[in-house]
Amino acid sequence: MKTTVFKEIHEKLGAKMVEFAGFYMPIQYEGLSVEHLHVRSKVGVFDVSHMGEFTVKGPKALELLQYITSNDVAALHPGKVQYSCFPNGKGGIVDDLLVYSIAENDYLLVVNAANIDKDWAWVSQQNEKFGAEIANISDQISQLAVQGPLALKAMQKLTDANVIDMEYYTTQTITFAGIPNIVFSTTGYTGAGGCEIYFKNEDAVKVWNAVFEAGAEFDIKPIGLAARDTLRLEMGFCLYGHEIDDTISPVEAGLGWITKFVDHKDFIDKDYMLQLKADGLKRKLVGFEMIDRGIPRLEYEVCDAEGNQIGIVRSGTHGPSINKSVGTAWIKTEYSKIGSEIYIKIREKLLKAVVVKMPFYKG
Amino acid sequence: MFPENLKYSHDHEWLKMDGEIAIIGITEYAAEQLGDIVFVDVNTVGDTIDQNDVFGSIEAVKTVSDLLLPISGEIVEFNEELEANPALINSDPYNAGWIIKIKPTNVSEMDALLTAEQYKEEIA
Repeated sequence: MKTTVFKEIHEKLGAKMVEFAGFYMPIQYEGLSVEHLHVRSKVGVFDVSHMGEFTVKGPKALELLQYITSNDVAALHPGKVQYSCFPNGKGGIVDDLLVYSIAENDYLLVVNAANIDKDWAWVSQQNEKFGAEIANISDQISQLAVQGPLALKAMQKLTDANVIDMEYYTTQTITFAGIPNIVFSTTGYTGAGGCEIYFKNEDAVKVWNAVFEAGAEFDIKPIGLAARDTLRLEMGFCLYGHEIDDTISPVEAGLGWITKFVDHKDFIDKDYMLQLKADGLKRKLVGFEMIDRGIPRLEYEVCDAEGNQIGIVRSGTHGPSINKSVGTAWIKTEYSKIGSEIYIKIREKLLKAVVVKMPFYKG
Repeated sequence: MFPENLKYSHDHEWLKMDGEIAIIGITEYAAEQLGDIVFVDVNTVGDTIDQNDVFGSIEAVKTVSDLLLPISGEIVEFNEELEANPALINSDPYNAGWIIKIKPTNVSEMDALLTAEQYKEEIA
């Protein structure tokens, strides 16, 4: 099992450590709900060093990225970050990712920890036709996500660059905590605002200490991955292996907004997805809220009132900020309208739920 | 953490005899492992259930876990306080957080349960 450079720090803080995506990670420190609510109200720090990072550079970089990702990379300019995914050529998704435009012909891709090897093999294989300069730097880079309404205010203390006024989904390469060339972006997976910070492993402990020192007056706390999951689900953000995987296309998974069918962009599965849309989608990702009491979980059946299966649950939880049980499901299109009544089969009982608009948390 | 007057099951339930009635809940250790409990689902009141069979389930934010009956018996009462406040199991697992009361059908099954000392060793 892999570890991040922060392993000893987590253990010293008393975190509950578990294997996640092949890494030994902190799932919880104080308690899931407390940590979740702390991120929504103040500021919390996630060790997300397990995430993967690839660099894509050179004159062929844009061409490669246009072909392998679903979003329009030509719309990016240095300083912008874009959410995207890799269609897999078979109507599914290899992974979802962030594309950072660091400078002209210089991109950083951030991918899921569980998919690093698969993604790298995929990108390398596709690149044979393009010849961009690509590198997998995942093992050299650590990352902290500092999330919450007070995050940027706290982090501003550590840099002369203006970070507090950065727009959502932008990036700068800055001197941070006295360390040059740190990639800083106003991104995250919580819907609470804040930033993500990328640095070399050797600087990691220095960054951690600086972040907690600067954040002390804002009551900064370490947050486990369990709260990261409930925070993302309250926002309706996709998680690979749940809302998206190698069997569902971006257009069916509610990711039409990052799938750009524009003339200047040819990309993997473009024709397939255009056809899918022209034929009418047979299934869709929806969010739902439980009416009866019960908590939906991955792969529970979604049924109609008669108990016929019409879909499958992809995520479910009790949301600490919304104080409701909610979930996501892939469901036959005819049941996907907002307000549609559906039933979740929980321990052989059909429990009533209703399709709602995501995000669940509207803060 | 392990009251001496209780009996314990391998599945982390505790049991306390009160006259003819046995009171059942889950241990502090189990509650901690589950994390924040958000829902207790018991709809077996009135049923007679065998030892180690499922009488309900307990939902934490992250996981769901079956509740197993430590000894056979008729379920006579569910702690309805838990409907409004399931977190009682986290905050007071051995008192306010009790889950059901049963009328045991075979008290000799108690012999197979663990003492506080044995349970403590088991989870160590």
